[in-house]
Amino acid sequence: MSKKAYLCLEDGTVLQGQSFGAEGTVVAELVFTTAMTGYLETLTDPSYYGQIVLQTFPLIGNYGIIPEDFESAAPALRGYIVKDPCDHPSNFRGESTLDAYLKSQGVVGLYGIDTRALTKRIREQGVMNAVLTTDPDKVSADGLKEFAIRDAVPSVTIKETKTTVSDNKQHPRIVLWDFGAKDNIERELLKRGATVVRMPAGSTHEDILAQHPDAIMLSNGPGDPTEAQDIIGELRALSGAKLPTFGICLGHQLLALSHGFSTFKLKYGHRGANQPVRDLDTDRIFISSQNHGYAVDNDTIDPAIAKKRFINSNDGTCEGIDYLNEPTFSVQFHPEACGGPKDTEYLFDRFFDMMEV
Amino acid sequence: MPLNPDIKKVLVIGSGPIIIGQAAEFDYAGTQACQALKENNIDIVLVNSNPATIMTDEAMANHVYIEPLTLETIKRIIKKEKPDSILSTLGGQTGLTLSMQLAREGFLARHNVKLLGANPETIDKAEDRQMFKDTMAEIGQPTIASKVVTDTTAAMRYADEIGYPVIVRPAFTLGGSGGGICNTPEELKATSDTGLAMSPIHQILVEKCISGWKEIEFEVIRDAKGNVITVCSMENFDPVGVHTGDSIVIAPAVTLADKEYQMLRSAALKIINSLGVEGGCNVQFALHPESFEYAVIEVNPRVSRSSALASKATGYPIAKIATKIALGYTLDEIPNVVTGKTFASFEPALDYVAVKFPKWPFDKFIYAKRDLGTQMKATGEVMAIADSFEMGLMKAVRGAEIKQDTLRYHEYTELSLDEIKALMAQPSDLRLFSVYEGLYRGMSVDEIHAITLIDEWFLYKLVKLVDFEKKLVSATAPLTNEEYIHGKKLGFTDKIIEKLSGQPLPMTLAPTYKMVDTCAGEFSAETPYFYSVFATPEEGAENEALESIEHSDKKRVIVFGSGPIRIGQGIEFDYSSVHSVWALKRLGYEVIIINNNPETVSTDFDTADRLYFEPVTWEDVKPIIDIEKPIGVVVAYGGQTAIKLTADLAAYGVKIIGTSADGIDAAEDRERFDELLTTLKIKRPAGHTVFTEEEALRVANDIGYPVLMRPSYVLGGQNMIIAFGDDDIQEYMKVIIAANDEHNPILIDKYLNGIEIEIDAITDGEDVLIPGILEHIERTGIHSGDSIAVYPAPHINKRMEDKIINHTKALCKGLEAIGLTNIQYIVHDDELYVIEVNPRASRTVPYISKVTGVPMIDLATRVSFGEKLADLGYGTGLYPSSKYVAVKVPVFSFEKLANVDTQLGPEMKSTGEVLGIGDTTLEALYKGLVAAGYSLKREGGVFISVRDQDKAEIADIAKKFYYQGFEIFATRGTAKAIEDADPNIDVVELNKIHESDEFNACNLIESGKIDYIISTSKKGRDPQRDSVIFRRKAVTLGIPTMTAIDTANALVDSISSNFNQHNTILVDFKNM
Repeated sequence: MSKKAYLCLEDGTVLQGQSFGAEGTVVAELVFTTAMTGYLETLTDPSYYGQIVLQTFPLIGNYGIIPEDFESAAPALRGYIVKDPCDHPSNFRGESTLDAYLKSQGVVGLYGIDTRALTKRIREQGVMNAVLTTDPDKVSADGLKEFAIRDAVPSVTIKETKTTVSDNKQHPRIVLWDFGAKDNIERELLKRGATVVRMPAGSTHEDILAQHPDAIMLSNGPGDPTEAQDIIGELRALSGAKLPTFGICLGHQLLALSHGFSTFKLKYGHRGANQPVRDLDTDRIFISSQNHGYAVDNDTIDPAIAKKRFINSNDGTCEGIDYLNEPTFSVQFHPEACGGPKDTEYLFDRFFDMMEV
Repeated sequence: MPLNPDIKKVLVIGSGPIIIGQAAEFDYAGTQACQALKENNIDIVLVNSNPATIMTDEAMANHVYIEPLTLETIKRIIKKEKPDSILSTLGGQTGLTLSMQLAREGFLARHNVKLLGANPETIDKAEDRQMFKDTMAEIGQPTIASKVVTDTTAAMRYADEIGYPVIVRPAFTLGGSGGGICNTPEELKATSDTGLAMSPIHQILVEKCISGWKEIEFEVIRDAKGNVITVCSMENFDPVGVHTGDSIVIAPAVTLADKEYQMLRSAALKIINSLGVEGGCNVQFALHPESFEYAVIEVNPRVSRSSALASKATGYPIAKIATKIALGYTLDEIPNVVTGKTFASFEPALDYVAVKFPKWPFDKFIYAKRDLGTQMKATGEVMAIADSFEMGLMKAVRGAEIKQDTLRYHEYTELSLDEIKALMAQPSDLRLFSVYEGLYRGMSVDEIHAITLIDEWFLYKLVKLVDFEKKLVSATAPLTNEEYIHGKKLGFTDKIIEKLSGQPLPMTLAPTYKMVDTCAGEFSAETPYFYSVFATPEEGAENEALESIEHSDKKRVIVFGSGPIRIGQGIEFDYSSVHSVWALKRLGYEVIIINNNPETVSTDFDTADRLYFEPVTWEDVKPIIDIEKPIGVVVAYGGQTAIKLTADLAAYGVKIIGTSADGIDAAEDRERFDELLTTLKIKRPAGHTVFTEEEALRVANDIGYPVLMRPSYVLGGQNMIIAFGDDDIQEYMKVIIAANDEHNPILIDKYLNGIEIEIDAITDGEDVLIPGILEHIERTGIHSGDSIAVYPAPHINKRMEDKIINHTKALCKGLEAIGLTNIQYIVHDDELYVIEVNPRASRTVPYISKVTGVPMIDLATRVSFGEKLADLGYGTGLYPSSKYVAVKVPVFSFEKLANVDTQLGPEMKSTGEVLGIGDTTLEALYKGLVAAGYSLKREGGVFISVRDQDKAEIADIAKKFYYQGFEIFATRGTAKAIEDADPNIDVVELNKIHESDEFNACNLIESGKIDYIISTSKKGRDPQRDSVIFRRKAVTLGIPTMTAIDTANALVDSISSNFNQHNTILVDFKNM
């Protein structure tokens, strides 16, 4: 039998299961995702920076490791909890196993615990900090409450500007402002023939305008959006340029903050591939992929400058905003999918339709 | 859009009798539909020919018609009831086809009836082969490429275009002979030449070969506004080639990466959008295991067996939601009752897996071909929910009641490895076990994958089970706690761990129960729907059922369900279980149901206060009893599945509500029962209990042939035969002994030729109430489930009635029965003999409840809690007869089961039943036969071949046919018997098959001159025998075959009657 691993929550609860992946000790925020497929995309989604991710679906690792499905070069999450990791995966593209991958990436893993009971605890008590360790001596709730995810965006953003040139002559030139972008956002832009200039989170509005973009794509990313005051300032400065702008997830939150709206932390976030969102213009429902712990406060949206476009049809929280006086819109969910449904992929077409190229 | 206000009165068409491929899932769907309509105050008109269903209950609809599901009858009902709409997508293929015919003929438009749920255009696009292909092509969805060609050059050219391997299917050759899979152009050339030569029209179909591809299904649902979601994905254990109904299935799909999963999900959404389905839809894909290539195999734009499975696997009630969509609601307007916080526009997230395992009838049909292919053969299925595939599969297999509590099949342990390899190469009901045996013998996963093409993911999971089983077998010391817990998590029971290891358990671990909540714990839910897993306190184990148990202060009762649908134990038992739950609820109890059949109403989480979706075996139900602490349990309605638990329940000190374990044993134990009969001075056919062939032969010769031979403790007369001589005993004792591993005794009784009657009595310990007496049309010797049965009994006079009442009363008292008791009697030479007493609900309960209006299960439940029949308002003794006659006609699925003899006998063969209701026996019989699918053609040819003992009576029947205008054909002996009796009848004489190739039964049947066959034989069963050969041929050609003289007589009387589908009465059961 394998080595033990332990999870200690900030409320003092200790769970003992089996160790897989790397050995060691990590302190992080514990969140869960309900997606049944897409564990590779989850593992490599930079938005999970500073978190331990619990998969509610019990059988994870079934199709092994497929590097072409990664959403970034390496996992940003700190720990990984599953019920039953697959040691003999089967898929024509699959290489190696989940266990080997986590080991190679230094991600501490735990399996074999009652994941549903733990999920319900997070649901009832809200996201909690936790220590995940293979060292029985490190099992302690001391100081866990004080832990907070800091400097999330700077840790996961691209370090230097990178331009991918399209061979399409009529191509728009889009700045992808990278706050911890999932690669598929870039793929969606490239697929539509754009030249993509992927820029670090710390770029200024001058840096961005110096690229002469036709449009700006604001990416997803980790952490508390109010922490990113610098970016919010730059966004304000950019808004005068009236460039077509599309924000996803953290990008959506930062846009809202730059317009003076507020965000708040959800009790346990939305993480999964089955979240229904309603388009308030058409009254249509779409199933979306989501991963966020914060949301824009509906009540703070100024109707003079913006209108709520999408809401989560379960809890009514804000899922998208159209800005009235500028060619700008944003969504909280992930139209780029990966993992999850592609039902709102059309929003990229909407973005491209806004560009006059 | 909310409810469409124009919809006020809706016609719901059910799916008719249970047949292979169309089972209880449509009762579940129909019942859900009725509930959804009712919630919206819609006036419901229900039509179904199947009386054993919940949907035909008076509580379900405002107007209930148990009438033949024919175009003529539905039209008459529409004219009479004037519904404004018809719901077409919930009654299986039967309901859908009828609705479409009505629409196409313009009948619906003429009568201002709206078609809800689907339109003919949608259905054509899905069901018409060419239109389906064209539609898929239009939206860029690949289908399986195929082309009809008439020469080999064209075949080769097409194969080059689509790529090898290809399948060649010659047109109009029997069983596709002359075709096959071709991997190379050389092979194709040879096969094409042969195929073209063998095809009478010189035509072959060249099709891309996709065997070995993964088979993936999606259940999707769409509303009129275009909102669309997927409810569930499913993956088949068996690759493409085995019908999905015969496949082991896991939900959700497990071997697909998100890229493949989303590709197919998007495709499914695109398909449902392009078809414009408003409601549920099932899409089946084949996915190449080594690429992203896929093909759409099939689309079912209606609720189906898969949608029932998906509903139970996710907690998302597809049929109910589909009905609401048909009424005009959109997905985002329909609340998810499970969470109360979400809506139907939410895709279920599972935090467990569901495993489906089919139930096949091969234990009953020992001569049937067990091969699996594109023709479904399973009669039912079980589902298991667990947190691993291994545990799910182990639960499913032990819950399937196939005497397997691990995957090691004892017969295979003695075979050579080559034999095992050969077995696994051909899909069959036992392939899981040959694969397991191969792994057990050390074959590698790669090797088995190469032979079976089963995905390695599944095979590696089986390896885990093999490894643990081997560890048990080789144990020389008790397992460690860690090993034991590992085994429990894999799904091994304590019993099997102890048995295989030969060691005491190191510890015990009780299961914890988890909730099915549609959302993987994301939202708080109060669904009373649970399954077991194993987890330790250190792992944070939380038993979610406890919270729900602690919430209630009511007294609790557990009702055991009847497991998978099989021949002999069908939907009737689910009807009774559900009614028992309802009755107990009305009495103020909190009711818990334990069952594992995903097709049924009993496993709808709305039915009981709590549902445990678990195998109905002692080790699975005991921990539920431990936490629920019921005041009592009900075993009387779950068929043999529940009855089997009584001994363990009694030993554990659990109170059995109704007849006690001792009473049940007294009825089943031959010696105790004989003693009771002697005391009561009640007669039964002479008989004895035996264990060996020698004893059997001695007893049979003592009491004299013919004798009835059967194992005790079985339902549906499994392995029951009439033996006419020593050779029959010798043949069948071998079969019985092989299947009899619990060493139950075998019963041998004198066979008495007489009228068989059957009653269901309710007894309160003092009095009995007999709602009605059923008389079988066929004389004794044919299983009651396969007999045409008439209520009220036409040939029972007042004196005999009194005798029946007195005997019944005495038997019930003698057995200390409480609640329901089913008794079968024979009237022989004006004497009453008892054949069988079963102190439990029988197959006839739903039918008798409906035709008499006596709420049998409700009364039985109330008397079980001490109420007296005298106070319940239905009196005692024999309940007054209804003004109508009701005839139950059995329905068979022979066309689905190659090599099964259609000759009826003491072992039950029917899969379902229909009811005909009329003012007279003849009218009811006519309607029953029509409902059962007989065309009742009034001219043509009859072929007759009967055994010697029937020759005296056949002439009368032949005469009736002859004077009706039929041409009579007969084998030599039969022809002589007919002509001797009436020289005016012209009989065309035939050769026996083994005597001549010319003008024999087989080529006559093929000639198209024959519309009915009467064939009785002394011997049957063996597919090599002449009679069996032509009876099988008749099945293939769809010619009705009567295998009992009485059935033939009933048929000819119906044919020569004046009844037709326009002049028979229509009876609304709600307004009788």
